[in-house]
Amino acid sequence: MIEIKNLHKSYPMGKESLHVLKGLDLLIKEGEFVSIMGSSGSGKSTLLNIVGLLDIHDEGEYYLNNELIQNLNEKKAAVLRNKFLGFVFQSFNLITYKTALENVAMPLYYKGVSRKERQVTALEYLEKVGLKEWANHLPSELSGGQKQRVAIARALVTKPKVILADEPTGALDSTTSHSVMEMLKEINAEGMTVFVITHEEDIAEQTDRIVRLKDGVIISDELVKKTVNA
Amino acid sequence: MKFIFDSDSWQEIFGSIKKSKLRTAITVIGVLWGIFLFITLLGSARGMENGFEKNFRNMATNSIFLWAQRTSMPNKGFQRGRRLQLKEQDALAIQREVPEIAFVAPRNVSGVFGDAPARVKRKTNSKTYKLFGDYPILDNVNKVKLFNGRFINNTDIQEEKKVCVIGEQIVDELFEKGEEPVGDYLEINGSFFQIIGTYKQSSTNWFEADDSILIPFSTYRKIYNMADNIGWMVIAADDDADIVKVEKDVKTVLQRRHNVSFEDERAFGSANFGEMISRIKGFVTGLKFLTWFVGISTLIAGVIAIGSILLITVKERTKEIGIRRALGATPRKIKGQIVLESVFLTLIAGILGIIFGGLVLWGLNNAFGDNDNFPFVNPTVNIPIAIGAVFALVTFGTLIGMIPAQRAVSIRPIEALREE
Repeated sequence: MIEIKNLHKSYPMGKESLHVLKGLDLLIKEGEFVSIMGSSGSGKSTLLNIVGLLDIHDEGEYYLNNELIQNLNEKKAAVLRNKFLGFVFQSFNLITYKTALENVAMPLYYKGVSRKERQVTALEYLEKVGLKEWANHLPSELSGGQKQRVAIARALVTKPKVILADEPTGALDSTTSHSVMEMLKEINAEGMTVFVITHEEDIAEQTDRIVRLKDGVIISDELVKKTVNA
Repeated sequence: MKFIFDSDSWQEIFGSIKKSKLRTAITVIGVLWGIFLFITLLGSARGMENGFEKNFRNMATNSIFLWAQRTSMPNKGFQRGRRLQLKEQDALAIQREVPEIAFVAPRNVSGVFGDAPARVKRKTNSKTYKLFGDYPILDNVNKVKLFNGRFINNTDIQEEKKVCVIGEQIVDELFEKGEEPVGDYLEINGSFFQIIGTYKQSSTNWFEADDSILIPFSTYRKIYNMADNIGWMVIAADDDADIVKVEKDVKTVLQRRHNVSFEDERAFGSANFGEMISRIKGFVTGLKFLTWFVGISTLIAGVIAIGSILLITVKERTKEIGIRRALGATPRKIKGQIVLESVFLTLIAGILGIIFGGLVLWGLNNAFGDNDNFPFVNPTVNIPIAIGAVFALVTFGTLIGMIPAQRAVSIRPIEALREE
């Protein structure tokens, strides 16, 4: 699903440049549930942004769904994001003046789905995350956990191949964090590839595979040994 | 094109407008004010032009008043300071020798230039009024606004009839309310005249007020023993004639006939209406140019206001735009949205501005349209101009909307998302 070979990325910082990703190799197969662990500054967010086509890499190769990503213009990137990727952000990134339902329906609008169908599909996904009754509420009327569930519904609504979650629980308390992770697990169980970025060990442990990043290089990549849930 | 008619695009625009009502209102007012001023100014200039035109309509505008004075230099043995007298033959000669002249109306008057006015009696009332001897052709110089009866005609002239046309003020002063003056008689300087018409004051004050009596030229000549003397004459030239040249030619003819030096500027006095009116027309043209200039400038200022406010909005909404792009919005859609919003706002503002401008013009017309002393009639703006203004607004709105739109998509989505 996602294949990265010798990926480099640096940011210009005044006269010098900051080398953030120093030659990463990573292969994520369809249906995997992977977490990227690392402290801040390790380059994990940069990696996610490149994978999410929100940023461009300098060197190396990146295949998304077996398609080599290079010389991507914004229009094509937008179409690919809409088609293959669903984003879940730490700060939810809901549009404040639109209701939960409208927020969820938005990716479908950019996909070119008719209004009626959008409403039906969006409501379906809101129901899936348990917020059908909150469909006509504005984000400001929702709790943090509810907002993140709306964001997850929005990420899922176009049936993407990969869900990219950037610190999805970073702004939530432990109980809501748990329910959000449960939801991501369910999504993964349905066959979707889920790619989570976190710096919390207990969140990472709930995924199937942990990739540890430090100073722009992968220091470990191992499967989580499933212990029986207590 | 499909984008413009897509109800979802409009949904998005209304969403964004609703989100910032105050900003939208201020933006709209900026453009509204611009086009309102544009329409009002243009319409007012047009109203003034129409007003002047209305005042001049019943008048031979290309005309000269001409009278004799004293010579200011000696010539052919005559001393300077000789008093000149215009004759009826002069009027004929002028008409014969200056081809651009349409007609000449000689006039006589008593009670204007220091001589005694006519004493007029009716029943027990007695008053003095100005008395004019006129040809029917005077009606072509300045339309006499009869409200009853008729004006002097050629038969009156030929038969030296004792008939008169009197002004409204005289009717008020000598007749009781409800009495019909036409057909009745007045005693003027001892002889009885039948009243054949009554008139209102004309739209300009340059001719007779309504306190004058007009009688046939020939009758006047007989009563006052004028022989072939005339007081002054009104000379009307063809509409396309150069009135300044006509004036000069006429004076040359008169100078020759009266043995006056061709250099003597003061022997004949004249008032050139044509020149005066063309000056007024020039003033109106200047006024129109000014209104166009001011109007278009205000319009541009309004559109620039829309552009800058949209630029601020785009900055404010950087993050939102980032989110939308992460969700799959193409740059084209983002740009289209912003441009369409700009066009929509300018269009609404433009239409409202035209409506308000129209209402103000309508009000001005109601207030001043019937007032003869204030030249302001039918202040209108041509439909093509109004449509052109809206079209220009939409064009400007699109162009100016392109700037913030381009800015919105020029930053990478990841940077947009980081914006707080």
